[in-house]
Amino acid sequence: MRLIEVSELRKAYAGRVAVGGVSFSVERGEIFGVLGTNGAGKTTTVECLQGLRSPDSGTISVLGLDPARDTAELRRRVGTQLQDARLPDKLRVREALSLFASFYPNPADIDTLLTRLGLDAHRDIAFGKLSGGLRQRLSIALALVGNPELAILDELTTGLDPHARQETWQLVENVRDSGVTIVLVTHFMDEAQRLCDRLVLLDQGRVVATGTPADLLASTGQSTLHDAFVALTRG
Amino acid sequence: MRTLLITEAKLFLRTPLWALLGVFLPTAVLLGVGSIPGMREPSPVTDGYRFVDLWVPSLIVIALAMLGLQVIPAAVATYREQGILRRLATTPVPPAYLLLAQVLIHAAVALAGVLLMLVTARIAFDVPIPRHPGLFLLALLLGLVSVFALGLIAASLARTGKAAGGLAMIAFFPIMFVGGVYLPRPLLPAVIQKIGGYLPPGTQPLQDAWIGDGGQPLQFVALAAFALGGTALAVRLFRWE
Repeated sequence: MRLIEVSELRKAYAGRVAVGGVSFSVERGEIFGVLGTNGAGKTTTVECLQGLRSPDSGTISVLGLDPARDTAELRRRVGTQLQDARLPDKLRVREALSLFASFYPNPADIDTLLTRLGLDAHRDIAFGKLSGGLRQRLSIALALVGNPELAILDELTTGLDPHARQETWQLVENVRDSGVTIVLVTHFMDEAQRLCDRLVLLDQGRVVATGTPADLLASTGQSTLHDAFVALTRG
Repeated sequence: MRTLLITEAKLFLRTPLWALLGVFLPTAVLLGVGSIPGMREPSPVTDGYRFVDLWVPSLIVIALAMLGLQVIPAAVATYREQGILRRLATTPVPPAYLLLAQVLIHAAVALAGVLLMLVTARIAFDVPIPRHPGLFLLALLLGLVSVFALGLIAASLARTGKAAGGLAMIAFFPIMFVGGVYLPRPLLPAVIQKIGGYLPPGTQPLQDAWIGDGGQPLQFVALAAFALGGTALAVRLFRWE
């Protein structure tokens, strides 16, 4: 069953085209990658999925809802992790989870979530004092606290050291295995190769390729997704 | 809403400077002004009242304006600046809840500050207690909501903490002026006194409820209109980012 359908999505800011006719679909239960360099239109695309922006044209269906119209329902069923969104410095880990849990009708159990994300030992640490890796873990936990059917994770591992990245990837796989569909926005090709079941590759607001990582390697004759990306976007 | 309120209150108390300033500043200014002997002499200019008696409503204005026009806009705009509001926008929480939590917390601080000052004024300078306590409370609440609403409008419009502070200043100075903070109100031009009676923060109704005959209904209505209209406008103007 298709969880997300995007068709001919277009969005421009003050005449500059950010997304120029993007189409793709996401199946239930997969990790779907939205890939591209900075400025390729990834963030604008997912912001339209989240109902944070309304598209200039094109249609979007997320969980059978129109994000621009059924925003309230969408908020209850989609968990989000945003690129560089902070929390108040003095807010502690467990307080942040309780606070966000209070926004949702059927929140996850906070203590289970803390354990699952390895945040147990850090529950009373203030956000301002958390390391980058722990902040990302907290922000994944916050994306999951409402028991979402879909989680959108934006630039999840930017600024993390290799060890923290590995741990974060493992977490994302665990989340998918628990039945949550994941849309992963990233400009790291190795991350996409490791995690994504399928992906869409954007360049300058347009779709360059869609398919499984293996499809992309096969069609370009390259051995890594990074090289495939370079080959696909060179022209 | 309850969890949001409790969490925001905890965060507020973890930045003790603002809490302390809100509660103790009016009293500190009162003690400063009251320690000047001339302020405690009855004056014919003010119908035999002492300056210190007439000054108390102006101190309430300082408390309200500080919290409503500086602390609240800075708090909300800082949330916006750091992307905290953007993060909240992806959850089901309605923006009005966030604004309401800020208003309730700062209102509690303002009321605590005013109460402390009233008690101090009574004990230290023998300032009479309000003659019409019910109307006084009503004037205080209306004044508070109307000033806070102006602050929320500034917070809703501004993108950064600094911009919010600047925007709120536009309201801050006139309010301090008509509220008699810079010059005792009896020395203000009559026309400004008259207009000021109908504007936030409602110093005239406060004073009438205090030492006068209870105040003019129209002034209360005007304040209530400011309070309601301002709040509605702030909620309407509010943007997550």
